[in-house]
Amino acid sequence: MTPFLLKRLGIGIVTLLLASIVVFAMLEVVPGDPARMMLGMNATEDAVQALREQMGLNQPLIMRYLSWIGGFLTGDFGRSYTYSVPVAQLVAERSAVSLPLALISLFLSTVIAIPVGLYAAAHRGKASDTVAMGASQLGVAIPNFWFALLLVYVFAVALRMLPAGGFPGWGAGVWPALKALILPAIALALPQAAILARVTRSALLDVLNEDYIRTARAKGLPRNTVLWRHALRNALIPVFTILGLQFSFLLAGTIIIENVFYLPGLGRLVFQAITQRDLIVVESVVMLLVATVIVVNLLVDLSYAVIDPRLRNA
Amino acid sequence: MSLLEIESLNLEIDGTPILRNVELSIDRGEIRGLVGESGSGKSMTALTVMQLLPLGARATGQVRFDGKNLLAASENEMCQLRGDDIGMVFQEPMTALNPVKTIGEQVAEGIRFHTRASRPEAEDRARKILDRVGLPEVKYPLSRYPHQLSGGQRQRVVIAIATALNPRLLIADEPTTALDVVLQAQILDLLRDLCHENKMGLLLISHDLAVVADMTDNITILRGGQVMEEGDTARVLSEQTHPYTRQLALASTHVPARRKHPLVQHQPAETPLLKVTSLTRDYLGQRIGFFKRSAPTRAVNDVSFSLWPGQSVALVGRSGCGKSTLARMILALDPPTSGSIEFEGIEITGKSEAELKPIRRHMQVVFQDPYGSFDPRQNVARLVSEPLHLLQPTLGSKERRERVEKALNEVGLTTSDLEKYPHEFSGGQRQRLSIARALITRPKLIIADEPVSALDVSIRSQILDLIASLNARYNLAFIFITHDLTVARAITDDVFVMHEGRIVEAGRTESVLENPQSKPAQELVSATPDLHRAIARKLREQG
Repeated sequence: MTPFLLKRLGIGIVTLLLASIVVFAMLEVVPGDPARMMLGMNATEDAVQALREQMGLNQPLIMRYLSWIGGFLTGDFGRSYTYSVPVAQLVAERSAVSLPLALISLFLSTVIAIPVGLYAAAHRGKASDTVAMGASQLGVAIPNFWFALLLVYVFAVALRMLPAGGFPGWGAGVWPALKALILPAIALALPQAAILARVTRSALLDVLNEDYIRTARAKGLPRNTVLWRHALRNALIPVFTILGLQFSFLLAGTIIIENVFYLPGLGRLVFQAITQRDLIVVESVVMLLVATVIVVNLLVDLSYAVIDPRLRNA
Repeated sequence: MSLLEIESLNLEIDGTPILRNVELSIDRGEIRGLVGESGSGKSMTALTVMQLLPLGARATGQVRFDGKNLLAASENEMCQLRGDDIGMVFQEPMTALNPVKTIGEQVAEGIRFHTRASRPEAEDRARKILDRVGLPEVKYPLSRYPHQLSGGQRQRVVIAIATALNPRLLIADEPTTALDVVLQAQILDLLRDLCHENKMGLLLISHDLAVVADMTDNITILRGGQVMEEGDTARVLSEQTHPYTRQLALASTHVPARRKHPLVQHQPAETPLLKVTSLTRDYLGQRIGFFKRSAPTRAVNDVSFSLWPGQSVALVGRSGCGKSTLARMILALDPPTSGSIEFEGIEITGKSEAELKPIRRHMQVVFQDPYGSFDPRQNVARLVSEPLHLLQPTLGSKERRERVEKALNEVGLTTSDLEKYPHEFSGGQRQRLSIARALITRPKLIIADEPVSALDVSIRSQILDLIASLNARYNLAFIFITHDLTVARAITDDVFVMHEGRIVEAGRTESVLENPQSKPAQELVSATPDLHRAIARKLREQG
């Protein structure tokens, strides 16, 4: 492994540690005693104390942090008191909805954005470029929940092609489950695709001004060949950077979209956990999301080294 | 019928006329020089032939290649010609290659496109042409990336790409302007040999008359988009019948009238303006593992010299010889690894920024690229007054303004320029601005890093005159960092020749340049193109 990647890996681990401290500390300073919350207003002081002891809340801060982190590393996320099941089990169930949803929308936004960006860059200044960029401007401006409602109205209510919400579970078969994810994935992907298409276009236009594009043209390569073989790969670095940054917005977007489509995903789980003060669930899910974002950005860093040989030894 | 015939070519870009009635022809095996100052339309003529003009360009007239009118050719037909029958080499080798593709891919790509050869066949041919241009397989396998090569090596790759399919015409647009003189001589030799081997026509575009005089059979002189004079190179440049030709020739060999700084024996007790003793600078080696680095590079190695007030010296050497690193250390912009630098007897290494402040006002700098060294959003008044913060006590606003006006007058600009921004000036005026900025603190030493190499010859001679007069008027000492010996010859008293971090030869400028002793100095001198020598040789050859 090259120094570049080792350095990135190191930075990722340190970021994860810092994030865990921040998440832990935030929930420590939030008012309210989790033990009292669980037992309700009418509980006796003895019962609260007993529960505090059982939950380890009387231990010093540092010990609680270490046991929390230790639990994370061994897969023991604690127990949700509103659902009365292990958090790990809850998270696993909900991830089965959210993870495919995020991946499908990431895939959709990439396969929409890059061709649109390429097309607009190739036709720079022409009417087709203006139309493509106008459409993407609209895509950036439209809030995704409103767009979701529009999709529901058209495809579920009017055309009756796809379900308006809910999730049958993967047990009901792959196709019915996928069908339930199509509209939410589109609603999530489109605004992202709009931003990404604009980034792709401007990155390509920057690259097209480079001297090596002229060298490639002087070799006799047609304009489109140069665009694909020489410009695109050089333009991918800013595109991947934005893709990595967008992933965290995608996760945040799932909270809204899962509520609109009534999907039992991580987004809805964390939303409900916050309203019900189920702090253990909140902590765990937030940590999981942070870890996912860090891993995705590490992958983005890896992709830089694949794209650009100059970064392999940097 | 000539290989390339350009007749009454007119070119407009967005309505602005660029070329007017340009006529030019090249025969098989002929080397033709296209000479002119920046903006004269040299590159646009080349791009018209390639049909790679920017958007909004409209060309009329005739451009015939092998009888075929290129202005009427379809994009498809042009793609067949480019890279196969017509190759092109560009000025900036550092950016002319795609950074994410190997040199093998980039050379083989054109071969595959034009010949439909398989990948192994194309790579085989790419290997042969890279060997031919001086990049042997042992040191330069096809799997090298451009960033692993130096500027001269990259230019060889670009030449390999352009000549891989034995084109009948090669267009080289300032192919050596970004290279040092030794590399320049090597690349020009290569181009000449390739022309002779394959009976290839070459259009050599350059602003450097000496290079063109040395290389070409015929010459076309362009000014403001129009052909001024055309004909046999030796005849045109020796007779100089056209006034513009004469003007160019005079400017490119211009030596300012200046009194040489006398050669005096200084007493050991006297303090020099600048004294550098055993200066060394190492750069950390490249990381090769998490805790491992390759051996450090020694950029400057045990350099010692003294500079006296009013003395003008040149620090000459090839690219990468350590001359810029040495200058950065003298300016206290880069800490030395060991050794000492004394300015007027005061040690400046290891000093804090606050302690350096009173010294900095006496040392100013002028950079090569006058455009890149100005913030485009600041006006002249702010840009030129910038170093004034070094003065203690600080000046009032009236005094500041007076100083700026005086500095502008000194470099030949006027107070009406105060509110202008850098883009409103020409290249030569911008270099005047950076000299004004350097003068404003009334320094004792100015370090100038290739101050005229980005300028046209006529502007260049004016700037050299300006520097010579400042040197005389204020007894201002200069250190010129350059690979161009003609600059050293024109305005310096003494010269230090650097090679691989060391000063390998030092002495009076004329004696070192006339009679170099060390091998690096001899190489530099023999590689430097000289207009008069080149014309004399051409005339001799023609009898």
